[in-house]
Amino acid sequence: MIAEAGLAALWFAAAMALMQLAMAALGLRLKQDQLVEAVRPVAIVQGALAALSFGLLILLFLRSDMSVLLVAQNSHSAKPWLYKFAGAWGNHEGSMLLWVTVLALAGAAIALLEKKLDRATLTATLGAQAFIALGFYAFLLIASSPFTRLDPPALDGMGLNPLLQDPGLAFHPPTLYFGYVGLSIAFSFAVGAMLTGEVGAAFARAMRPWVLGAWVFLTIGITAGSYWAYYELGWGGWWFWDPVENASLMPWLAATALLHSVNVLAARDGLRAWTLMLAVVAFSMSMVGTFLVRSGILTSVHAFAVDPTRGSFILVLLALYIGGALALYGLRVGRVKAGQGFDLLSREGGLVLNNLLLSVILGIVLIGTLYPIVAQAMGEQLSVGPPFFNKAAGPIALALVAAMAAGPLLNWRRDHLNPLLAKLTVPATLAVLVMAGTFAAAPDAGWMEIVGLGLAAGLAVASFAPLWKRKLRRVPLFTWGMMIAHFGVAVSVAGMAADSAFTSERLVAARYGQPYYVGPWRVVLNGVAPVIGDNWSAVEGRVTASRGPVDGPMLLLRPQRRYYSSPPTDTAEASISTRIDGQLYAVLGQQDAQGRWQLRLWWKPFVTLIWFGGGLVALGGALSLLGRVKRERRNARRREEAEW
Amino acid sequence: MRCWALWVPLVVFLGVVALGAWRLTGTSETVVKSALVGKPLPEFSLPAMVEGKPGLSRADLATGKPRLLNVFASWCVPCIAEAPQLMRLKQAGVEIDAVAIRDRPEAVAAFLARNGDPYARIGNDQERRVQIGIGSAGVPETFVIDGQGRIAAQHIGDIRAEDVPKLLKALEAAR
Repeated sequence: MIAEAGLAALWFAAAMALMQLAMAALGLRLKQDQLVEAVRPVAIVQGALAALSFGLLILLFLRSDMSVLLVAQNSHSAKPWLYKFAGAWGNHEGSMLLWVTVLALAGAAIALLEKKLDRATLTATLGAQAFIALGFYAFLLIASSPFTRLDPPALDGMGLNPLLQDPGLAFHPPTLYFGYVGLSIAFSFAVGAMLTGEVGAAFARAMRPWVLGAWVFLTIGITAGSYWAYYELGWGGWWFWDPVENASLMPWLAATALLHSVNVLAARDGLRAWTLMLAVVAFSMSMVGTFLVRSGILTSVHAFAVDPTRGSFILVLLALYIGGALALYGLRVGRVKAGQGFDLLSREGGLVLNNLLLSVILGIVLIGTLYPIVAQAMGEQLSVGPPFFNKAAGPIALALVAAMAAGPLLNWRRDHLNPLLAKLTVPATLAVLVMAGTFAAAPDAGWMEIVGLGLAAGLAVASFAPLWKRKLRRVPLFTWGMMIAHFGVAVSVAGMAADSAFTSERLVAARYGQPYYVGPWRVVLNGVAPVIGDNWSAVEGRVTASRGPVDGPMLLLRPQRRYYSSPPTDTAEASISTRIDGQLYAVLGQQDAQGRWQLRLWWKPFVTLIWFGGGLVALGGALSLLGRVKRERRNARRREEAEW
Repeated sequence: MRCWALWVPLVVFLGVVALGAWRLTGTSETVVKSALVGKPLPEFSLPAMVEGKPGLSRADLATGKPRLLNVFASWCVPCIAEAPQLMRLKQAGVEIDAVAIRDRPEAVAAFLARNGDPYARIGNDQERRVQIGIGSAGVPETFVIDGQGRIAAQHIGDIRAEDVPKLLKALEAAR
């Protein structure tokens, strides 16, 4: 009965979405206040029903109900409960249901919390949100129902892909989805504003927390995904420019640009049309990414189900929503009044530069991701890999880092060159010194790495320059958030440059007891022993490592080769030891005919800074969000008091 | 802002959609080339699955005549859907061998009694080792094996009526 109840809840939620759309459209068109009033409660009920449906799917997975096709295909009764739980969204149907649930809950949240928007725009926004949700309900109910029964029931399930059996990955997709769906809200806001023509500071202030929240989740998702790929896939890298990675990076780039332009709109009522465009583009990138990943159009190490029917369905939704929004943009934006003007050298000008650079990087990633399909259209098989992306996007990213150091030091509306240069003296000097020092110490490091390290040092100092000559207690929370986020970028860039410039790698056919050297480390394979886990068995290498004197302190590393029985898969579990100045990374390979074990070793100086920086960026975003919400609350209270 | 510039994003986007649509419809081949296509089958030997029908080893698949190797299971729903097409192929004179995945003899016997038995041999692959060795990820899958025991083509998913001529053509090409 649980599966049927879940399906019923899903149908009811879809019906609520249809009602929400119809009431919003009719209410606005016929100016019927009663209809408009009813849109909010309907949105709340829709959210509750979708959540109920998803909750029931989780229950089916937790109970290992093998009479449900999805459970039989993606779960196994012998799995640890955490992965039964995560199995609910570790597959195509479940993740689509999660998507629509988050979408519906977000709509409910807008209906409950949003008080700044005028009622017409809010109603149009909820209508647009329902319209998006309807497409996904249709997709689930027609093309890929998660509640299909299996008759007769399976004896046991087929299991979850062992690569996905990792606590990090269990919570990675929901995090990204919160980000994607948060952007759908910005999209709905933009559509609502284009329909009613109300684009101004109030609109930007209403949209900003949603963009910030989505961006924080995307940042966490990308950072966690990168670390997961790094330690789970055992290839020693943290970013591969894989289509699936790009699918999450592209919305992040657009959201970052949007976040900055929405600030211009909120503070100075400028960049109106551009902000609307970015809101549409950011969500478009989430959808394009989903389409590329789900349709099997692009091959990737972690592409989901290859299924042209599903691909066509998503493509139709894509064409409908994004094509519709862009057409609306073409029709309506001409009527949106231009906002306030500003000088080229001003905070606004800096933010425009930021937007341009981010857009160029976004363009490069998009072209690089789509190019294999274009090439195939011309009869050629090829893939675009890291060499292209690094060369094309790297220099622009470095320019962006330099611009980030200067931007926050500019005044709104108009500024002058000399005071700016004076404020930048210390960071610029530091940057040049670090570049010179790195070049002297490691002339082979490569120019991008050397410049990257220098700019990172400069940005790290410049990030906190806005504190200069200000009382610390009086600096608002969102300014702290901005500074911490910018500092986080500096930390990440330093990690990326250090990893790329100074990593040492060794691949050895190891004999027991013989020392091998990687970077400053002396590494010995002492033995290989079998071990048993919850639902896997493995051979485990016992590797000791030391640096400095031979009798110095020892580290023990235990890289494994695991064998999972359901479904049968071999995986390599890297063993990583984190030191203060980097990570030692070991992967156990096959045994050869002479009894030697393949052992892959990396010494990665300061690589952890990449993810630590990502965490700081997310933290900065979260603080900023908190600061904005607090200030809005206070302002609202003041307005109320003034009215009394 | 100039009026035409507002429509540029839509035009670019429609280009992307057209590209996606072309890619989805134009080459929706179900006969997929896997990394193992063109490579010889690995050495293996599987015990018999059901009484009265031999098991399967690599040597049985290099007989000089192209044949099909079907990966199936009695618990697999699409396998029921493709059973009539396999019977059609058998009636067209194609020799078909099978690897049964994680199954019980009585369940397979019941499956064959219900859906027809197109197979010359059925190997019992309890641990799915052979399935992984030949590059198959799920059930059902069908491989075209040439006379020398090399994989000539791989068909992922169930065989539908429209796939039968394609498979016959692939068998002809593997001769």
